[in-house]
Amino acid sequence: MKLTLNGQNETLENETLTIEELLKIKDVKMPEMVTVEHNGEILDRAAFATTAVKEGDTLEFLYFMGGGSH
Amino acid sequence: MNLTENQIERYSRHIILQDIGGVGQEKILNSKVLIIGTGGLGAPAALYLAAAGVGTIGLVDGDVVDISNLQRQVIHFTPDIGVLKVESAKAKINQINPDVIVKTYAEFFTADNALVILKDYDFVIDGTDNFPAKFLINDACVMAKKPFSHGGILRFAGQTLTHTPGHACYRCVFNSPPPANAVPTCSQAGVLGAIAGMLGTIQAAEALKFITGVGELLVDRMLIFDAKSMNFRTVKLKKNPSCPLCGDTPKITSLIDYEQAVCDLKKG
Ligand SMILES: [Zn+2]
Repeated sequence: MKLTLNGQNETLENETLTIEELLKIKDVKMPEMVTVEHNGEILDRAAFATTAVKEGDTLEFLYFMGGGSH
Repeated sequence: MNLTENQIERYSRHIILQDIGGVGQEKILNSKVLIIGTGGLGAPAALYLAAAGVGTIGLVDGDVVDISNLQRQVIHFTPDIGVLKVESAKAKINQINPDVIVKTYAEFFTADNALVILKDYDFVIDGTDNFPAKFLINDACVMAKKPFSHGGILRFAGQTLTHTPGHACYRCVFNSPPPANAVPTCSQAGVLGAIAGMLGTIQAAEALKFITGVGELLVDRMLIFDAKSMNFRTVKLKKNPSCPLCGDTPKITSLIDYEQAVCDLKKG
C-alpha cells in the first residue's frame, strides 16, 4: 500500500497493517517515545495495536525532544 | 510612549520594516517576555529579544554556569563559570541594551511558583531541557491563558510549536511525559550547539511576531527540522478532544511536579 509518512511517499508490501506493525517495520525502537498522528488525528497510544493503516493514509511520527537549558 | 532619537537609530532596521514600523517597535518596548531556562534555547532567545528591545525580560533558572554549557549557551562566557545563569544572562542583556528591564528568578520553575511568576508576562518561552518542566510550563500557560513557545532539541534535530489560548497545546500532541528510562538524557545523547541557536532564535521570532501581531504563528502546527538534511517541515495539529488538559473531559486540574528523572540537572 501507498502511504505518506512524515511527509514522504512510501510504498509498503503489506496489504493490511496496524499502527503497531508499521512502527516495527519502520524500526521505531521505542514506540513509547513517539506520538502518531493518523490522518490529522493524534492517536491514543492504547489504539496502536488495533488501528488499521489504509491505502493513502497520512501518518506523522512525532518524537519527544527535550534539550535546551542545561 | 514616543521613541527617542536614540531609539529610532537603535531600532531603525525594525522600524523600516513595513510590518513593524514605529508602532510595532513601541509594542516591543512595552512587552514582557518570560524565558524559562537560560540555557541552550533560552540563551539565544534572550540575546535576540534583548537586542530587539523587549521592555521586560524575565529569566528563570536555578542553575549556575558549567564549563560544559559553553558549547551552546552563548549568553554565558568562560569567566561566568560558577555564576548563577540568570545573573550571567542579565549582565549580558544590560550590556546589549540598557532599554531592557531584566527580572531574575534564581530558582527552578515549579508547581508552587509557576502561576505567580507567569502572571506579569505577555509571552513565555520554554527553554528548558526536561520533560517535567516542559509539561509544567504547558499546563501553567494553558491554565493561565498565556501564549508560549515550546522548543525541543536532540542531537541534530529540533521541534517547536507556539500555543495561544484555545489552540492545540503540547499535551494535545504528547499526552504525558515519556517513561524516564526511555529518553536519552541530554548528556547521553548530545546536541550540536548550533541547533540550540537555530531553535532558540525561532522561538524569539515567534515571541516578536506575537507581540507585533505580524504574520502567522506556529499555532496548530509543529515545526520540525533535521539539520543533517536541513529539511524543515511543519506538521498540522489541532486541539485534541482527548487532551488530558484542554480536551473535552480534562483530567488535569492542578499543576503537577513530575519526578525529575529524565535529565540529571547537575550533569545534564
Ligand atoms: Zn491540549
